[in-house]
Amino acid sequence: MTHEAAFRVWRGDASGGQLQDFTVTVNEGEVVLDILHRLQATQTPDLAVRWNCKAGKCGSCSAEINGRPRLMCLTRMGTFAPDEVVTITPLRAFPVIRDLVTDVSFNYEKAAAIPPFTPQAREADGSHRMQQIDVERSQEFRKCIECFLCQDVCHVVRDHEDNKPAFSGPRFLMRLAELDMHPLDTVDRKAFAVEEGGLGMCNITKCCTEVCPEGIHITDNALIPMKERVVDRRYVPTTWLGRTIRRRGSS
Amino acid sequence: MTELERHDYDVVVIGAGGAGLRAAIEAHEQGARTAVVCKSLLGKAHTVMAEGGIAAAMGNVYPEDGWKVHFRDTMRGGKMLNHWRMAQLHAQEAPDRVRELEDWGALFDRTPDGLISQRDFGGHRYARLAHVGDRTGLELLRTLQQRAVALGIDVYMECTVTRLLTADDGRICGAFGYWRESGRFLALQAPSVVLATGGIGKSYKVTSNSWEYTGDGHSLALQAGATLVNMEFVQFHPTGMVWPPSVRGILVTESVRGDGGVLKNSAGNRFMFDYIPDYFRKETAETEEEADRWYVDKKNNRRPPELLPRDEVARAINSEVKAGRGSPHGGVFLDIASRRDADYIRKRLPSMYHQFKELAEVDITAEAMEVGPTCHYVMGGVEVDPETAAAVVPGLFAAGEVAGGMHGSNRLGGNSLSDLLVFGRRAGTAAAAYAKATTVAALPETALTEAATAALAPFAREGGENPYTIQHDLQEAMNELVGIIRTAAEIEQALARIEELKLRVQALTVEGHRQYNPGWHLALDLPHMLRVSECIARAALERQESRGGHTREDFPGPQDEWAALNVICRYDGDGVALSRQPLPVMPPDLAEIFEETA
Repeated sequence: MTHEAAFRVWRGDASGGQLQDFTVTVNEGEVVLDILHRLQATQTPDLAVRWNCKAGKCGSCSAEINGRPRLMCLTRMGTFAPDEVVTITPLRAFPVIRDLVTDVSFNYEKAAAIPPFTPQAREADGSHRMQQIDVERSQEFRKCIECFLCQDVCHVVRDHEDNKPAFSGPRFLMRLAELDMHPLDTVDRKAFAVEEGGLGMCNITKCCTEVCPEGIHITDNALIPMKERVVDRRYVPTTWLGRTIRRRGSS
Repeated sequence: MTELERHDYDVVVIGAGGAGLRAAIEAHEQGARTAVVCKSLLGKAHTVMAEGGIAAAMGNVYPEDGWKVHFRDTMRGGKMLNHWRMAQLHAQEAPDRVRELEDWGALFDRTPDGLISQRDFGGHRYARLAHVGDRTGLELLRTLQQRAVALGIDVYMECTVTRLLTADDGRICGAFGYWRESGRFLALQAPSVVLATGGIGKSYKVTSNSWEYTGDGHSLALQAGATLVNMEFVQFHPTGMVWPPSVRGILVTESVRGDGGVLKNSAGNRFMFDYIPDYFRKETAETEEEADRWYVDKKNNRRPPELLPRDEVARAINSEVKAGRGSPHGGVFLDIASRRDADYIRKRLPSMYHQFKELAEVDITAEAMEVGPTCHYVMGGVEVDPETAAAVVPGLFAAGEVAGGMHGSNRLGGNSLSDLLVFGRRAGTAAAAYAKATTVAALPETALTEAATAALAPFAREGGENPYTIQHDLQEAMNELVGIIRTAAEIEQALARIEELKLRVQALTVEGHRQYNPGWHLALDLPHMLRVSECIARAALERQESRGGHTREDFPGPQDEWAALNVICRYDGDGVALSRQPLPVMPPDLAEIFEETA
């Protein structure tokens, strides 16, 4: 059940690089990350790869496999034909550090900019009471393992570096939706979602949902509802009038 | 070392899992200038792998529950070798630590009346684990991460500490490390350092642990003069995946059994009924009928034997496989498919469903899983003061898996996440207070130069073997010779191999340059892995009895003369030195708890 597979792995750093060919042994049941580990142990000990849990729970080993953003630990070798060349490249939307490791600090900056969760007070007995049905909407988004595949695939930034300052990306727009739907949170982040997060730039092509390894319905359950909530708030005539008057008064 | 990047803090926390982040949050809130240093990106720490839940006697599901019951379960699960005061503080404070997570945004599953739901787990008398499906660790870690970010705590990501720095008088004055990305060195000066580096599992071949679990915190503590306690106690989780080979060891949560799953051998028998030890006989069901009734009526029925503490279940599985009654790939069957409907399984165990589907092409709602023991957790760790998490070295603190004492000879499931929160917070408080009360010593310049030279040494050599081979050989040796069942002869063999491996580490070669070079990183991890492996093996040889996570085939069963003794490891500059130390004595009012229910 063992075969020799052809791998092409991108190697290089910020100054440039190229695909390198390898022939490597594959055993039954293995995933792409196993093969990269075998390369490290036998052919290229300094091949730079990020990984941690190797079980699809930490979201570290993101890369592009035959052009598609995926977790290497969840991509089974059995999904390729034995004679198929498997090409591994770093996430394209982020600057390369070395080999398959990219600089994902964009994501950490976007996370830090979000106005923090601010709960209402506890009840008299010291508890918060919430119904299961009310927590489930945000719970879906909290399954996110921050692999940043959605951030990588989203065309708003994938091919438009200049959009990055004005766009949080699906992961963090979803975080805004999560907080907006959180039963205990008291902060309104709708204006933030539009003005800082760039929610309007998302045109719901669902690429993010397609690559999500956790199967989170990012577009349908987070981004579209968030767009609706923002519209409700911004364009209810009385709200609009109130805000417009206040803005004129203050300027 | 003039070109060295230098920073100055009151508290430096090493590790950004649950314990590290909780410590950092607390130190920050106490007014200390705080930094967190972590080997991976923020949010990737091993805490995300915890599945089942956080044990806390909140009484939301069973009002009869309370800290005394939790304390009793924890001590009995640890075969009474736990530090009683740690177990007491843990049981008393865990409910508040869980509630506080809700104030920071965590969303636990709910009871019908809107409180935090609690689930059953092995060794816990009542349903006690606050949970979010089977991804509780992720929820805990993300909540703490988001809190730490909101507070603006400095985080040094992908940065590895290779040495703790001490002043002439022995107290801590900082840490030395390198950026993984660039390979450049940095020194963090601080009077207080909190170790929250997790465990040691990567020294074993079959493990649920990630690459980060090299025992570096244990090793750094030893080098700085601290003591380790109970290193012989390594927990083999009874249910890891066994097939396909590349996922062998990945955890299958105990919640599968808590939610109704049972263990069967190749003959289809629920073999755990044959392995009920006298110690737990009174509280364990004798028949399958009683065990099944327990899920709906816990007051009038006793627990299924599948939910005995982990050491008991792991040994039983090991015996069944050895006796030739295992599954096709050398495990046993864990069956929930025939006992619960598919919707319930997907709802309660979504990530297990996903994991088996993706990695093994097994649908757990339709067929049984194959499982076997996997190295999961080390009960042993840095010897600390229960109130402050302080090690014996002034300025050094330890919390979470790297600390020892709390879990005795065996940890109950769910007690790890609560341990992180309770003692992470205590370490943060104490580290901040200590920093305030003291002045930091100057960084020892010669030690900085030495640390840099040592880190670069592997590049200077040529023609040696690569570090991956050495790691592989160590993992084989520990798995085969200091694994779940041990003998003096095998442990001695392991110690001899470790000596050989030490020499090989001194001669290994690293290819390439300093920028993000995993081969180099591993080369620097190996001495830590060897040092903790030596501690485990030596302590395992010393303790001539079987108790909890330490089973000696040549000394079966617990022995009275060992019942109140800890094994302590020290580093004497050359190797690991051992001593025996009496266990702290429990005060009479707590000892009564065990008499009442015995």
